[in-house]
Order: sequence, then C-alpha cells, then structure tokens
Amino acid sequence: MEHEITLVVNGTARRARVPARRLLSDCLRHDLGLTGTHVGCEHGVCGCCTVLLDGEPVRSCLTFAVTVDGQEITTVEGLAGPEGPSPVQRAFGECHALQCGFCTPGFLCTVTALLRENPAPTDEEVLEGISGNLCRCTGYQNIAKAVHRAAELLAEEGQ
Amino acid sequence: MTTRLFGEPVERREDGRLLTGQGRYLDDLGAGALAAAFVRSPHAHARVRDVDVSAALDVEGLVAVYTWEDLPERVGRALPLLIPHPALTHGRTAHPLARDVVRHVGEPVVMVVATDRYLAEDACARIEVEYEVLKPVVGLEEAAHGAQLVHDDVPGNVGAHLVQEVPSGAGASAREAIEAAPHRLAFRLDIERSASTPLEGRGVYARWDGTDLRVYTSTQTSTSVRMAVAAALGLPLPHVEVIAPDVGGGFGVKIMHPWPEEILVPWAAMLLGREIKWTEDRREHFVSSAHERGQVQHVEVGFDDDGRVLGLDVTILHDHGAYTPYGIIVPLITSTQLLGPYKIGAYRVEFSSIYTNTVQVTPYRGAGRPQGVFCMERTMDKIARHLGKDRTEVRRANFIEADEFPYDQGMIFQDGRPLIYDSGDYPEMLRMVKELIGWDDFERRPGRGIGIGCYVEGTGVGPYEGGHVMVTSDGRVHVSTGLTSQGQGHETVFAQIAATELGVPIERVSVVTGDTRRFGYAVGTFASRAAVMSGNAIALACRKVREKALRIAADALEADPADMEITEGLVHVVGAPSASIPLSTVAVLANPLRYAFDDEAVKATQFAGAASPDRPPVAEGDEPGLEGRDYYSPIRSTFAAGMHAAIVETDPLTAEIRIVRYAVVHDCGRLINPMIVEGQIHGGVAQGVGGALYERMVYDEHGQLVNASFMDFLMPYATEVPRVETAHLETPSPLNPLGIKGAGEAGVIPVSAVVAAAVEDAEGIEIDRMPISPSDLFELRSRRSADSG
Repeated sequence: MEHEITLVVNGTARRARVPARRLLSDCLRHDLGLTGTHVGCEHGVCGCCTVLLDGEPVRSCLTFAVTVDGQEITTVEGLAGPEGPSPVQRAFGECHALQCGFCTPGFLCTVTALLRENPAPTDEEVLEGISGNLCRCTGYQNIAKAVHRAAELLAEEGQ
Repeated sequence: MTTRLFGEPVERREDGRLLTGQGRYLDDLGAGALAAAFVRSPHAHARVRDVDVSAALDVEGLVAVYTWEDLPERVGRALPLLIPHPALTHGRTAHPLARDVVRHVGEPVVMVVATDRYLAEDACARIEVEYEVLKPVVGLEEAAHGAQLVHDDVPGNVGAHLVQEVPSGAGASAREAIEAAPHRLAFRLDIERSASTPLEGRGVYARWDGTDLRVYTSTQTSTSVRMAVAAALGLPLPHVEVIAPDVGGGFGVKIMHPWPEEILVPWAAMLLGREIKWTEDRREHFVSSAHERGQVQHVEVGFDDDGRVLGLDVTILHDHGAYTPYGIIVPLITSTQLLGPYKIGAYRVEFSSIYTNTVQVTPYRGAGRPQGVFCMERTMDKIARHLGKDRTEVRRANFIEADEFPYDQGMIFQDGRPLIYDSGDYPEMLRMVKELIGWDDFERRPGRGIGIGCYVEGTGVGPYEGGHVMVTSDGRVHVSTGLTSQGQGHETVFAQIAATELGVPIERVSVVTGDTRRFGYAVGTFASRAAVMSGNAIALACRKVREKALRIAADALEADPADMEITEGLVHVVGAPSASIPLSTVAVLANPLRYAFDDEAVKATQFAGAASPDRPPVAEGDEPGLEGRDYYSPIRSTFAAGMHAAIVETDPLTAEIRIVRYAVVHDCGRLINPMIVEGQIHGGVAQGVGGALYERMVYDEHGQLVNASFMDFLMPYATEVPRVETAHLETPSPLNPLGIKGAGEAGVIPVSAVVAAAVEDAEGIEIDRMPISPSDLFELRSRRSADSG
C-alpha cells in the first residue's frame, strides 16, 4: 500500500507516493530526483546520507519517508543561497576538505547544523561534531580545518 | 611556459559540482531503469544442488530471474584471469553466476531484475537455493596444510609459488650470507586482512539501443571494462562505450574487473531491451568484492656489528582468497618492495599464494607494500634492539646513498621490468623526518614511544597512457585521457599541466577522464600512476598543439615560429605583444572551411584569403584542427619514497593506543599541486591508521565474515586520526618529461610499521602482529607479566 506524503524540501513542498518501507534517502534520491544525498552503508554508521530535518541532522537511511510527512528537510542541494555556495561549502573547497566527494554532502549538512549551534567551536568540539561521519579519502585534517574556516566566514558575514 | 600553474596549490575544479550535490555518481544515473539484485551464497563452500525460483514469480514488478544455466556459453564462462604469470600455475576465476560450487560467502548465484530494488530484493528473498555444504578452508596456515581443498584440482591450495634470489656482491646466497654473519635473528610476522572500503560501493548501469551498448560503471578502468564486456558479449568494440562517472572512492578494489555484475547487467539490458542498474549495498561490498593485506611472514636475517644486513631470507604465505583474477601482483609487490631504501647483501624471498574459502584478494592502496615494509622495518628495529643501537642509525647504515642512482636491486618488478630506482636521497630524508618529529630530543617514558618507518614505492607503471588536447574556435582547451578518477583531483592537475604547457588561463581548460567516447586507449588508475602517466602524455600532446599553434600563427603574422610564445591565450612574437593573434583565431585558421557558421569561422573560409593558393589547404602530413594526441610509455617505473615517524601513548589500564604526533617526509619528485599531494598523504595515513589499529576482516571457522558492516569493521572517524605534519623533498624523476613520481598510495604504506615500532618502544614488548587493538596489547602485557612472574 502506498502513502501520499508531502515533504518541504529545500523550501519547496514536494509530494510523493511511497510505500511505508521507503527510506527517506531513497525517497529524496529516487522519487524526488535529489541525488546529492548519498547512501554509503544503509545502517546509519557512515553519515553520507545526513540531511537536516527541521534543522537537525538525521540519517535519512534510518528514516522512513512516511514518518516525516509534512516536515522540513534541507539537503545538500538546498545549502547554497541566492548568492552562491554557502560559507560551509566555500570553506570545504578552499581547504581541500573533499576528494571523491561522496561523503561530502553528509559532512556539509552536519557542519551547517554544528556551526548554527556553536558558531566558534574549539578543535575538540569540531572533532566531536564531525565524528559521526566517515570519510575514506581525506584523513579529516582538512575537514576539521574547513569547519574552522567556515566559522570564520560565517562570522565575517554576520550570519 | 609563461602561465606558471604547475606547482601551485590551485583549488580543485571538480569541487563546484561535488559541493552542491551536482556530482553524478553511478546510482545518481538511470532514473527509471530496472533494478538488479543478486541471491548470494550464505555458505563459504558448498555445492549448488538446485535453485527453485517458483515462489519469486508472483512478486509484483519481477521482470526476470537468471541462473548460470540461463547464460549463453560466452557470458557464463569463467571470468578472465587478468594478469597471467608463469608462477601462477593454478590460477582460478569465478563464473559470473555460480556454476556448481560456491567458494565464498557472497558469491553470486542468481540474478533478479525487477522494476525497483526493493521488489528485486523481495524476489531474491523468496528464491530457494539448495546447497550441499562442504567443509570450508579458513585460515591461511590451515589452508597451506592442504587437508581440505578450495578447488579440487589445486593440490595443497597453492595457486602460485615463486622464489627470487639476489646473491651478494661476492656471489654468496642469502643462506650462506646469513650463516656467515656475526649476528642472526629469526622471527615471524602476521598481517591481517583489511579492504579498500570506498564509501561508494560498486555499481553498473547499462543501456542498449539495438546497435550500441553504453555501460556506466564505478570503475578504475573504463577502457579495460569495455574490452572485457565486448569480448564477453561478442560485440564489436566500436559498438561498446564505457564511462566511469564520478566515482566515490576506489583505493584499488575498483581496478579489479570485469566484475560479474559488469558482464551480467549489460547482458540482461541487451536481452530485455531495457535499461538496468545495479548498485552494490554495503554488505555486498564486504562479502562479494575484494580484500587485501593478509600474510604470514617468516624472516631470517644476518647482519654485522653496524647493523648492516648481509643476508635476508623471507618466506611469505599470502592469502589470495577463493579466486585469482588479478593474479599474484600483491605478493610480487611485497617481495620486491620489501627492499625499501636499503642495500641488502644477499636476498632470498619465497612466497606461496594460497586459496581459502574467503573473498578474493586484489590490490588495496599500497598493494602489498605495507606488508613488505612492515617486514623490512620490523627487521631493522629488531637489528637495532639486538645491537643496542639507535634505530635510525641502523637504517642509515643500510641506505642506498644519494650518489648511487640509478640503483639496480637485481630483481624483476611487478611490471616485468628490472627493479632499478631512478632517483632519491634517503639520508637527507631521514635527517628531515628526525628533525620534524624531534627524534634526538624525544623523552621516552613508560607508555610513550616513538617509531619510524621508511619505504620506496614503485609508481607510474606502464605500459602507457595517452592524452588528447583540442583547442576549439572559442579558445577553450579540451583535454581528455583514458584513465579514470576517484577523487584524486585529475581535472585540476591535468588542467594545470595543460594551462602551463599551452600558456592559457586554467579557466579555459576542461578535462575529461575515464570516458571511452573521448579516449579509447588507456590502462587505468592504480599503482600511483595517473599523474605520471597521463600527466606526461597530456604534456606531450600539449607540446604538439603548441608547436602547431606557433607554426600557424607565425604564418599569419609572417614571423619565425622560433620567436613566438603563447601568453594568456595569445600567440605573440617574444617581446612584441602587439604582433599577436589569439589562440582561438589560430584554432579557426587550423581548420580550412567551406562554410562559415559564425563570424570567427569566416576567417577560415576559402575566399577569406588566409591560405596560400599555391599549397593545398591541409598540407601533406598535416591534419585539420588545432589538436594533438600523444602517449607516454615509460621504460620502467619511477620510484617515490617516504619516511614516517610517530609518537604514541598507551594507557596503562585500558591499553588504548593513541597516536599523539605523526610526521611524514615525502618525495614524489616535482609536485604538480602541493595541496592535492598533501591531501593524498593525509588520506593515506588515515587508512594506514585504520589498518594499524582497527581494521580486520574477522572470519569464523565456517567462513562467515562476522564483521561485515560499518558497525563492526572499524574504520577511523575524525577522532581516531592524528594530525599529519608533512615536509617534502623533491628529487625529480629523470625518466619522464615532467620529472614527477606518483603520490596516491604513499601515505598508507609504512603506517603499520611505524605504529608497531612506536608501541614497541612505549611498551618494551615486541610487536609482530598487526593490527594491534587495545585487547591485543592487554593480552601481550598479561603474557609478559606471566613470563616474568
């Protein structure tokens, strides 16, 4: 049996008909065509599928789409503003915080929420904040650097 | 070369799309395609008695179910043995779907195609396979005893056996040299299995239009997949195109090919006339792709009072899993690269490559080098300990000196060519790494230790790569090369090379890799070879284009090409910028036209008066267009090197091991983009830390991989990886025009050796088995207490 749901994705109301078992990650990727959200393990460990649900980071691979009917979701496609990439996105580019880019959308969503909560994190807080996301390419050093850089950019822009 | 981009930390050109969710990875393609899923063996060793699909037939959305018996002969035959070697006397490969016997958990038995993946998996769950369970062969040494066989026709489970010997300068064998040496040691080392584990698994998407087959696959070699698919499906090569889209990490596992799915998905797409996609899930990746690393090494070494090695004898048992499609490349590399930066008096290495009922073994970043380096560096540390000498002093006594290059190690390398090191400066590198970590001032105390590890890495193996460079009439430069990218930043570094060679702004350069429609001849991305091979090929192709551009511009300006150069996309006479012509116009003039399609094109038409009426518009031996193609094929590999040092602290109660500092000195010849090289090193070290402290493939006695998930296979998070301090030494390679060496694998290679050395130093317990977990260390401590109590 399929369910009619409405998700407010990146500010736009989107309707989809999904079976109850449809994962939010699959719904975003395959029903709504937002393939920026990636799936690395489908058991909630790698963090590639992280999206913001009402502003909070969640694993979209551990969430059934029907359970978030009516809620607001931000995916990597929604992070950029009208002026272009967000400070977090820009900082990741500047600091070479990505290589293959597969884990990157999950990190970007995680870090966006992290800096909203804590605009000037310490080194420890940065490591703790990104310690739920796996990256197999970068060794995390430049990701940690990018989080600090993003904090600087956000501060400069007074956001 | 007026536009100096080579050597600059240019920001990556691929990042724009990857940061905004616009990347195109395999599973992002093919919306609406049918989905494939596989029934895989739950047993490590079993005979397939019967497959009953009847319960699956009423699953809604089911399109097709295939077993081995449904496959045409050509499709169902054993997969290719990619790298034959005379020592691989008993090479065996799997069938795309199991024919009669399954030899590891995860081997594909039935293929299901349905309208979506959920439904395909529903159908898989209802298919009943009747197995006659056979006794599995698990454990390297148990397998080597040969009591049970993985393949009935492979006695002793030995796929390959190879002995290589290099006598001393005086002609003594390793055995003789060891026996005659003033000091001798013998010991055993163990390295467990790990795996590449890219965050994106494998995946294949195929479409057939009745004449042409297009296959997208998450691969490290699209050109070779193309040839393999064409051969298996009996298609003419020009009717098959293979594209590697954005690939979410490879680290070696995706150089293996053709995977069963790379044959089966295109075959079914042709048969059904429908687009089909298969995306590997995480458990499938653990049990049906490939692993690496597992070896047992027995070492005997003889040395003098200074610690100089006079004779070294290493016997290696290498676990290659159930099949050998990639041959014996891994133990070959271990055997040869074990020598590192050292001059060894006499060397004998023997390996047996052994079948077990486990996932097959193919290269994972480092490809046998981490094991070889672990062996040699543990040996150096044991010599130092035996003689009571500083560990760096013993290494220094064995180094090849800076003035001894090219240095012939007297062996045959993995490319079938002599193991001759082209350049390097190991004493200087040692000085640098000691200074970086503060070796001489290190304050040792219980629970705090320091370690070092050195390696030499053969990079940029042949046979060749090519590059194509085309300047279009809008002044844009289109570069293509056949090898593939998995995050190494090729679009950036190859653009840096082209912009530098051609004298154009990098914004005008675009790079395509891994698309057989753009470049059909290539080998692939592995063995730290992409920058060396394609980088040089693209530079050579650019030089052809540059020469042609100067010739055409000189004609137009009535100047001498020798007096001309290209700056910021403008071809001009040196010192006379006013006598110039844009490269875009040169591209127009390079292609004599009958028809004008825009204002620029008018200049090249037949009444525009640009060409001399006394010569044919396209001169003999020339071609229309401003483009060039060239290849780089090296005489042999180029040898990068590095030295790492680490300080660790161990917890007196929990035995937790923490890396507090990690220093890397790295030499990959000339750096194209230091930011990208450092990124490669950081990532390599992180994988090395995983291999040293956390990652192991745990098989139980039934051949079940009991930790086949990210919950249980412990890849390091940000909290487990130390900050890496780096310094670079640049000894250019004399072998290639750009003087570069590979950098991709470097970071991972010595990490296990370095961490073992540091833990040993902190604990005073010999560390001969990696990875080492807190439980392992706790156990070693308990054993020491028991021994001394």
